[in-house]
Parts: sequence; structure tokens; C-alpha cells
Amino acid sequence: MKYAREIYILNADEKELIEISEKNLLSLNLEEMKKIKEYFSFLGRNPTDCELECIAQTWSEHCCHKTFKAEIEYYEKERNVTKFERICLLKEIMEVTEILNYKWCISVFKDNAGVIKLNEKWGVAFKVETHNHPSALEPYGGAGTGIGGVIRDILGVGLGAKPILNTDVFCFGELDYPYKKLPKGVLHPLRVFRGVVSGVRDYGNRMGIPTGNGAIIFDNGYVFNCLVYCGTVGIIPIDKVEKKVKEGDFIVVVGGKTGRDGIHGATFSSASLKEDIPTSVVQIGNPIVEKKLQDVLLVARDKGLFNSITDCGAGGFSSAIGEMGKDLGAVVYLEKVPLKYEGLAPWEIFLSESQERMVLSVSEENVEKLIELFNSEDVEATVIGRFLKTGKLTVYYKDEIICDIDMEFLHKGVPERKLKCFFEKKEEEKVTYKSGNLKRDILKVLSNPNIASKEEVIHQYDHEVGGRTILKPLVGFESRGVSDGVVLKPFYDSYEGIIVACGINPFYGEIDPYYMAGNCIEECIRNIVSCGGDPEKIAILDNFCWGNILDEEELGKLVRCVKGCKDFALKYKVPFISGKDSLNNYFKGKDGRIVSIPGTLLISGIGIIEDIRKITSTDFKKQGNLIFVLGKTYNEFGGSIYFKINKIKGGIIPKPRPEKTLPLMKKIHYAIKNGIIRSCHDCSDGGLITTICEMMIGGNLGCKVDFSKVISEEKSEEIILFSESCGRFVVEIEKTNLKEFEKIFEGEEISCIGEIIEEGKLEGFFGLKKLFEISLDEIYKSWRSLKF
Amino acid sequence: MAKVRVLILRVGGTNCDFETEWAFNLAGGIAERVHINQIIKKEKKLKDYQILVIPGGFSYGDDIGAGKVLANEIRLKIWEEIERFIEEKKVILGICNGFQVLVKSGILPFNTKQLVTLEWNDSGRFEDRWVYLKIEENVSPFFKDIPEIIRMPVAHAEGKFLPKNEKVLHKIEKNKQVIFRYCDKDGNLKGYPYNPNGSINNIAGICSEDGLIIGMMPHPERCVLKYYYPDFLKFGNNEIFTPSFKIFQNMIKYFT
Repeated sequence: MKYAREIYILNADEKELIEISEKNLLSLNLEEMKKIKEYFSFLGRNPTDCELECIAQTWSEHCCHKTFKAEIEYYEKERNVTKFERICLLKEIMEVTEILNYKWCISVFKDNAGVIKLNEKWGVAFKVETHNHPSALEPYGGAGTGIGGVIRDILGVGLGAKPILNTDVFCFGELDYPYKKLPKGVLHPLRVFRGVVSGVRDYGNRMGIPTGNGAIIFDNGYVFNCLVYCGTVGIIPIDKVEKKVKEGDFIVVVGGKTGRDGIHGATFSSASLKEDIPTSVVQIGNPIVEKKLQDVLLVARDKGLFNSITDCGAGGFSSAIGEMGKDLGAVVYLEKVPLKYEGLAPWEIFLSESQERMVLSVSEENVEKLIELFNSEDVEATVIGRFLKTGKLTVYYKDEIICDIDMEFLHKGVPERKLKCFFEKKEEEKVTYKSGNLKRDILKVLSNPNIASKEEVIHQYDHEVGGRTILKPLVGFESRGVSDGVVLKPFYDSYEGIIVACGINPFYGEIDPYYMAGNCIEECIRNIVSCGGDPEKIAILDNFCWGNILDEEELGKLVRCVKGCKDFALKYKVPFISGKDSLNNYFKGKDGRIVSIPGTLLISGIGIIEDIRKITSTDFKKQGNLIFVLGKTYNEFGGSIYFKINKIKGGIIPKPRPEKTLPLMKKIHYAIKNGIIRSCHDCSDGGLITTICEMMIGGNLGCKVDFSKVISEEKSEEIILFSESCGRFVVEIEKTNLKEFEKIFEGEEISCIGEIIEEGKLEGFFGLKKLFEISLDEIYKSWRSLKF
Repeated sequence: MAKVRVLILRVGGTNCDFETEWAFNLAGGIAERVHINQIIKKEKKLKDYQILVIPGGFSYGDDIGAGKVLANEIRLKIWEEIERFIEEKKVILGICNGFQVLVKSGILPFNTKQLVTLEWNDSGRFEDRWVYLKIEENVSPFFKDIPEIIRMPVAHAEGKFLPKNEKVLHKIEKNKQVIFRYCDKDGNLKGYPYNPNGSINNIAGICSEDGLIIGMMPHPERCVLKYYYPDFLKFGNNEIFTPSFKIFQNMIKYFT
């Protein structure tokens, strides 16, 4: 063979098979290697490097989600009783959507992104991806190509959607982490943080897509492995949601050229981080190439010039063409691929994850027109093969066949994983703590990096390009306030709107991932409802980032979390429309020590509203207006910021109470829609006091509050101020609307706790006792203390 | 009466073409997004339009300085058409990246070689924030019937207005070519963040000597309706259309 290398596996024993996998960075285990050996023994020949690489990529955790599809034996122990069940994680999640069976969920779990109905003509697509491993190695490039990748997911959903919003959620180590404690090869959280923010900024802004929603979490569990979630929302005509490759279609690659960047991205991101990973696994992005591609692609879509499309992401052509040709077969001529530079081995061309490329399936009669159109806007388009009914993935380089494998084996050959794991439920106990200095505690909570304003980051993102952003991430006086979500007006000629928000809190997961899931789902819905969203028109996405899932305890936590997702999504009646898992986020030190990240679930939500004029924001609007707390407060400090700053362990994790909260949220939606609620902000991390302070900052107004009026399980100042019970909102009401408001919320647990005042200060009472007085300046200063 | 035709020029990296198109259509014009290659290939002719807009974005990635590549392309590939457009007293509007193109090609302020630049923000990074603008007494016909202090968002990394020397600055000021300056809500000229990039004399937008060529860093096309204001929920203002929208209307009216 001239262009491919034969890999000798036919006579390899078990030890040698593992060596082959490790030496070539294939991330395949013994069972999988044996299956491959068996297949090639049947063919009577050794595989080529290209074939082996192609299989490894297709079977990688990143591309085929082995763990989520596996049959898992799950043991759950609670108070000496052990329950057993067999569970498939993917099925659990998908079942929610099947049971709810909403007609407005148009395309779920089958395409690049989930699609829901926006109106009779349009759908809205949403996808959230992670780019953790590359961002840990090369923060700027990793984060930039992360956003670039998820944008292509949206360009590749159906026959192509137009991206209109990006979202970003990051988890980093604490910024003051001691340099001396960092192992060799690990970048300091501050450097990762700066690089990631600039990477997302420079890619997202250049794409002309507003970045409008996100969150940043700091915890030292993320020092070795940061998390970078990037999401994109797009709009797509409903008649363009379906796509199908036709027999005889030409395979056309459009956009960027192929280089040696991102080789092994898919397999690498399915493994742990070590000290000596080659940097060629990280892709190199160029947003303008993608922007040009996007512009012309949508024109080609509307002209009906192609039959199917997919993005070239993890696994490059191997994945894109392998996936598109799954039911038919494909023949590829690699020498036709435009290259960045000479010197790539053919298998590298096939596997490269160079950015900004998409693969189209084009009927013969349209090929010329399509290429001409792309070229007219300086975008490359090249025929590199054909979809033919061969049932095989056949790859030529010049006159030599370097890959010839059955689609059936490639896509269905991966041995099913059988996994075992356990979860032991810890007894939760009420813990109370009094530091004795409420004012100091309040300012400390506000200045905690997890609570403090992210204004400096948000200003670096263009959050209004496109002319669609109505409720922006920064609201109120001098744009100082923080928004619960972003409201977009997707069409220039209509007031229809969409709301996007998220929910994330890894600190609860340390106690019980089941309730963490419930909290994340509820937080996401609460955020959407706070903006004016309809709780009955929300769809959500799950993104799991987990540690070493070969560890039975870690896997047990993941299963427990997925069970929470299912139960609470059903109780809140929100369907999952798409999701992604990123597993094996752990670091393996020289000494063999394994450090897993805290199991982290991100729930992203999208809601549809009829009219963007009927929303509200979190900033206090007018002095003299009344402040109400909706929902009851419980002694729930587990995982709270209050315990974190006071270094207290344990406590009860907040328990979602959907039977109470869902009806309450429907009423809030009604009241906002009818203009009864002037401002609304949910209570989440940092507790009620954080919510009130943020509303003051946004309004540049003060308030006088009697905390004893808050409906609470226990009449304790600390619980009322800092407990993180869910199901709670703070709202502002004009006195003239009081009667109407009380009528709407009749029978609910609500109480008026005070009034907005002009003077910039927070006066806290408990009955007649004055608890504290803090100036708005002090509050704002503490909240703006995050420096980087 | 014939409708006013507006050409929204786009190239690789143009971002704000759709909302600019919408703003001009809403103002009564007929706007059309045209790729520069269509002009180069003579598929579209500038002479068929009354208004030329270079919208915001990152033309060619702003790789060697914001707007520089497109400025050269205009100078080298379509200059004859542009020159005739200017001679015929038609209107050119450059917003953000478009403003950068207009100064780097020298079209603004005096249609000579480049005399002004838009330098990196003092903060050293891209920033999106809302600013107050004080409209100056100026020679342009497009800023009539607009309140003295208006608001718009800026979103750029290279927006610091910097003339080549005192003489150039003096001439721009004396000619009443300054359209508006960054200020606080009461109209006082102040530093960061009110002046978001460190522009000399807080200059946010200028026009040509005849007032028909306009360049500005802020984005009027992003706030043509009151619902785009970050605090529209606070104020019960009944007027749906904003002062920014009036600018587009005035441009269309100029030809009708």
C-alpha cells in the first residue's frame, strides 16, 4: 500500500490489541478491539490506519454516547435498603418527551439540535455543546471553536437554521487558586478564564450572533478540568426541518480547507486529561470563514440546492459522511479535498477536525449551480464523492482504496456496554448556623464570585447584534442589573418572542444529584417565567458533564442525576428536545491520582411568548411600589452560598415542590402578561437577600423590608435571608394594582414584605427590631468585586 | 413618486445588514443587501441607488485593522462608481465597521487621503454598552427634529476617534462636521464609561463637508423601536419609534 498503513491486528493478542489502541490514541477498550479484530478476521485482512481511525472515532464516547446507551445495573441504597434496577440513561431522558407528547416538539433527539414550533411557518432550534478538553489545553482556541462548532450544529439542523443567539456557561477553578499547588501542565484558572472569555467573544462577535445568556461558576473542583458550554438558537422554516440524502447525490464539502488541526479530537475528548497530550488535538478557528459560509448556505437552502446537510465536527469527514451515508453507502475521493497545506496522510484528511466545514448532499442537476453560488461569495465548494447504494464506506486516495468497511458494522458493531454502579443516599440533616453579623454575611454573599456581577464579561459580548434582543442580559439603571433570561424578537415584522434561560448548580450535586437535577430544571423554568414566559410553553436541553464514569460511584451519581431529570421534567411538564453528555472529565496525575470534576448538569430552556411587549425585568421600577415574596421559605441550606462562605458542611438540599410551584408560575405568567407585576426576580443561589439586592441595583432604588413577614418554615433571620429554597419569586406591585394582584394569587403562599424607597439603602427589619441598614453603594461595591 | 433605493453593502464578515435593511424599509425606502462581488462584476450598479450603507460587522475579520481591507477594496475596485456617487450628492452612511471603512478609505472627513482613524478602545477590548449622545449643531440635514440628547448602543473594539493632528480636528470642528458626542444623561461630556472608547473630544460621529456622508460608531439600527431600550419597561413612553429611527426617515425624506 502506498497511501495507507496496514495495522497488524489479526495476529495480535489481548495485550497487543490494547497497545495498538493506546499507541494510536484510539481510546478503544479491549472488548471493542476484539470486535474489530473479529470483523477483519471475517474479511480476511488487516485494517488500514484509516479504517481503524474511522471506527475509533465513530465508536468514541463523544460520537456514539456508549454510556448513555448502555444497559446499567444500578443499586441505590437508602437507610440500609438497597433497590436494584436496570436502566438506560438515554431512554430515561427521551421517555419524558414521549410521555408529554407535545405537538409543538417538531424534531427531538434525532438531528443536530432539537426543534420546536414558533408559529405556523417557523420553528426554533436549540443546541448546547461542551468543549471542555480543548478549552483546558488551549482556552482561547478551545472556547472559540466550541462556539463555532455549536453554530454549525444549528446551520446543519434540518436543511439549515439561521443562528440568532449564543449562550455560554463556564465552570472554572477559583481565581485565587495558589499557583504552587498546580501540577505541571495545568493552566491557572485565571488564565483559563481570560482565554475562554476572549475566545467566545472573538468568535461569537465576529459571527454576528448575539451572546445573550449564560452563567459562570467557580469551584476548585474545576481547576484541572474547566467546563465550557456553548449554545446556539436558530430559526428555521418548518418545511425545511426534514432532510434526506438521495441515492446518487454528490458529496460536496463547503467552507474551510482541511489541515492537521483537531486530529483525534473526538477520541481525545472521550478520555481523561493527562500531562502530555499533543496540542494538535485542538482545532484552529477562523470565524470569518464560517460567517461567509453561513451567509451563502442559507441562500442555497432557500433555493433548494441541496437535499441534506451535516456539520463537520468531531471526527471530521469520517463522522459527517459516515453519518449521512449510513443508510446508503458512500464513496469518497480524498485527493479532491482542498487542503490548507501539503503533507497530510490520507487518514488525517479523513479524520481532521478542521473547522468551518459542512458536508452537503447535492443532486446532480444542482451541483454546478451550488458551486457557482458559493464561489460568488468567495466560499469554496468541492465535490469529493457520491452517496451510492453500496452499504459501505469506501474511501479512495488516488487509485488506492484506503478504507472499505460496512456501514452496518461501523454504526451498529460497537459492543453494547454493560455497566454497574451504585449510589448511596446520604441522610440529610437540618443544620442551622448564626454568624451573628448579618450585614457582613450579606456583603460576603454578594461578593462571592458565584453571586457577584459578571458585568465585565457580559460587556465584552455583543448581545444585541441582529436587532433582535429585547430583554438584554444587563438591565435597568446604567445596565447594572442582571437579567433572569434573554428575550428575543426573532422577526422584524412581528412581536412574537422567545425567552432563553438556564439552570445550573453543581453544589447541590455534592449532596444529592437527584435534587440537583430538580433544582436545575426548576431554576431554568423560574428564570423564563420571571421574564414573562409561559410555563406551559417551555422546552429544555440537558448537558451532563461528569467525571470518571468507570468509577462505579461516579457513574452512580450520574444515574441518580438522570433519574432526577426524568422525574422532575415530568412533574414540571417540560420536554427535553436535545442533550449532550461529556464524560470522563477527570485529571490523571503522574502519581496515578484521579481527580474528577463535580458532576455538573446544565439545563438550558427556551420558551415561546406571543408578545415581547408583555414581559418584565428584574430591576425595581418605582418608589412607593410594594414588594411581595411569592412562595414559602424552608430551612434548606445544603449546598448554599451562605454555608460556603461560612465553611459549614451538610444541611438540607432545596427540594423542588412542583405541585405548588407550577400553579404559582402559571399565575405569575398571567399577572406579567396583564401588566400587574412591574418587576420579577426569582430566588436562587444566595437566597432571598441576593434577589432583593440585585433588584435594588438594577433599579437604583432602595427598599424597606420586614423579613418577619416572609412565609417561612421557621422564623429565623438566617433562614429567611439566605436559605435557597426553590419555588420563590420577589415581585413589585403598584399599590393601585394590589386588589387585582391579590385576587390572582388568592390561596397562594404570598406576603407583602415591604416597599421601594427612593433613598439608596436597604433597611432590614424583623418585626419592630431593626436588623441592619446597608447603603446601595456598599451593596453595589460588594457585588461588583469580581476582578480578573 | 419613486421610492428611494438603498444599497446595503455586504462582504465577508458583515453582520448588521439585515437590521439595517429593516430600518430603511420601515422608514419607507427600498433597501437591498448587495454583495461587493455583485458590484465588481457589474451585476448591480451603484447608480441605481440613492443611499449607500456600509453596515456594522467585521469586514474580512478586521484582520489587519478594522475596516482596512474593505477600505482598500473600495479604493481599488469600485472607486469610480463611489466617486460618481459622491459627486452626484447622494448619501453614504457608515455605521460602526462602516465608519471605520469610511475613515480608512479617506472618504471621511474630507475625501482625501486618510486623516482620521478609529483606534483601539482605551479599555483594550470589545465592549457593548448603551451610551448617551449629544447632538451638535452640524451641517448634515439628517439630524433635524431630534432631541438634543439621545441614546444608542455601541459595540466595537476599535472606536476611539483620533484625528491625525490638531489641524484636522480643528477643521472638522469648525466646519460643524461633528454630528454627536458621547456624554452623560444630562449632556455633560465625561470620561469612561460614558465615553466608551476614549474618543478625542468625545466624538462619536462625523459627516462630510456637505453633510451627506455620515459615519458613526453607535448603532441606530439596533434601536428603531422603543422596545430595544434597556429600560423600556420602566418608562411608559407612548411613542413607539425612537429618535434613531428618525435618522433613517430623514435620509429617505431627503430624496422625496
